[in-house]
Amino acid sequence: MIALETLGLEKRFGGIVPTNDVNLRVREGARHALIGPNGAGKTTLINLLTGVLKPSRGQVKLAGNDITRLKPHQRVARGIARTFQINQLFGELTPLEAIALVIGEREKLGTRFWRAFGGDEKIVTEAVALARQFGLADVLEERTSSLPYGKQRQLEIALAIAGKPRVLLLDEPAAGVPETERHEILETVAALPKDVTVLLIEHDMDIVFGFADRITVLVDGKLFVEGEPKEIENDPRVRAVYLGERTDD
Amino acid sequence: MSSEDSVREASAALKRKRAWHWLEYVFWIAAAASVFLLPSQHALLTQIAIWALFAVSLDLLLGYAGIVSLGHAAYFGFGAYVAALFAINFTGEPVTGLVVAGVAAGLLGLITSLLVLRGTDLTRIMVTIGIALVMYEIANQMSWLTGGADGLTGMPVDPVLGFFPIYFIPKNAYAYVLVVLFALFFVAKRIVHSPFGYSLRAIKGNPLRASSIGIPNNLRLIAVYTVAAAYAGIAGALLAQTTPVVSLTYIDFQRSADVLLMLIIGGTGYLYGGIVGSALFLIAQKSIGNVTPQYWEFWIGFALVVIALFARDRGVFSIIERIVNALGKRNAKP
Repeated sequence: MIALETLGLEKRFGGIVPTNDVNLRVREGARHALIGPNGAGKTTLINLLTGVLKPSRGQVKLAGNDITRLKPHQRVARGIARTFQINQLFGELTPLEAIALVIGEREKLGTRFWRAFGGDEKIVTEAVALARQFGLADVLEERTSSLPYGKQRQLEIALAIAGKPRVLLLDEPAAGVPETERHEILETVAALPKDVTVLLIEHDMDIVFGFADRITVLVDGKLFVEGEPKEIENDPRVRAVYLGERTDD
Repeated sequence: MSSEDSVREASAALKRKRAWHWLEYVFWIAAAASVFLLPSQHALLTQIAIWALFAVSLDLLLGYAGIVSLGHAAYFGFGAYVAALFAINFTGEPVTGLVVAGVAAGLLGLITSLLVLRGTDLTRIMVTIGIALVMYEIANQMSWLTGGADGLTGMPVDPVLGFFPIYFIPKNAYAYVLVVLFALFFVAKRIVHSPFGYSLRAIKGNPLRASSIGIPNNLRLIAVYTVAAAYAGIAGALLAQTTPVVSLTYIDFQRSADVLLMLIIGGTGYLYGGIVGSALFLIAQKSIGNVTPQYWEFWIGFALVVIALFARDRGVFSIIERIVNALGKRNAKP
């Protein structure tokens, strides 16, 4: 079963084509990594998948349903969640409030204007459990903006998971995390629920090969090669393009 | 700590945030007492309460949803004209007038929100100014209906709900305005502490992430803009009912700017800022005006600079807090 699929996906900005005829298939339950040198079009592809950008051509399908025309929040309702390479959090809210907010929106209770926020015990219970799972139990009531970076990074992922997505797009989860807190994030990523399909966008090859069961290499906006980690690791073309590019940086 | 304990504590923490602080009870009891204790100030207090409601409505936009408006008088003025015309043509019962004005201003807000919400901050400010200018000119040109520059007079004001006369009875008029302010404040407080209210905070804090967790940003902003416009319209209707004439000053740029000033002075994002700010503004205006009227703009400008530089969030309270903290630190030293 294919969880997420693109068919001939293309995005043009004038003469630049950051996404060029991309046919990506992510199997349900997969740990799929998307790699590629800088400027390969990874971010554009993510934005096309989440609906931030509209494609010039082609389709995006979620579990077989065409979602190409849906807005970002509508895609979230269908089951796509994402994290950001640079934290996108609610600085004024506490982790407890932010997680409870996501759960409430997931349950379609966000338009309630006469109920008390936090008055629904089921939501609070779930929020607390989730916070524990992500190592946020001891900072539940602190302002997000005052949390250490590692905790903020955990919250970044917790907010995406709180929406109970079918497909999770993880954009460089360990970006900027200091070496000492890195293993916590990697443990979190490794412990993500198995029924969630994960598409990981990552620069760090250690993380990719430690995590993925399938790897797609993107170069110049096109799918360059796809395969098992072993195949990719030993593919001379990938080495030439990808590793060559990296030593040039 | 067991997980039941932490859930209980988390629930309690969320409850504390929305619970009424004892100072709030003191505040409203004092406000109610002022009806009986300050008979000579009823005219001023009525003005304060009306401006306060207007500023609270702007706080819903600015403090919670992050929408900057410099044209909020459009809805205030529209509500005032609707209330006056409704009273002249149908019934002079004030509460009915408030409801009609609120619905009309809310509808105007709903329609114009589609224009306001398209852009980012600067665009929004310009569009709100533009809408208010258009409304002003419409009121000016349709003088057969609105009285134009001469103003609209002859509005009947019957007893509230048929038994509580407010026309030219300052004490009763103030009590009426205060009750309306309290009722709408109570509703606003419920709204900002609801799941809907938190989604507004999320949109204000980070619109990109808000839409990525499934919040339909625009629909929520349209909803709050409509509510804020309805509130402003009701404030305008209150002024129309307690003043003999509805004029173009109800809708002019000065009014939009003043209400924003009041809100900034009192502080945004906690609802009391509008009330505190309008009280400080009008009391200062009156007392400075009594001594040296020509210096009023100097002092309001001075206050604005200080607050904008040092106390953006909580207005005067940030300044008091800073002073208290500084004194506390000095005393703590051996």
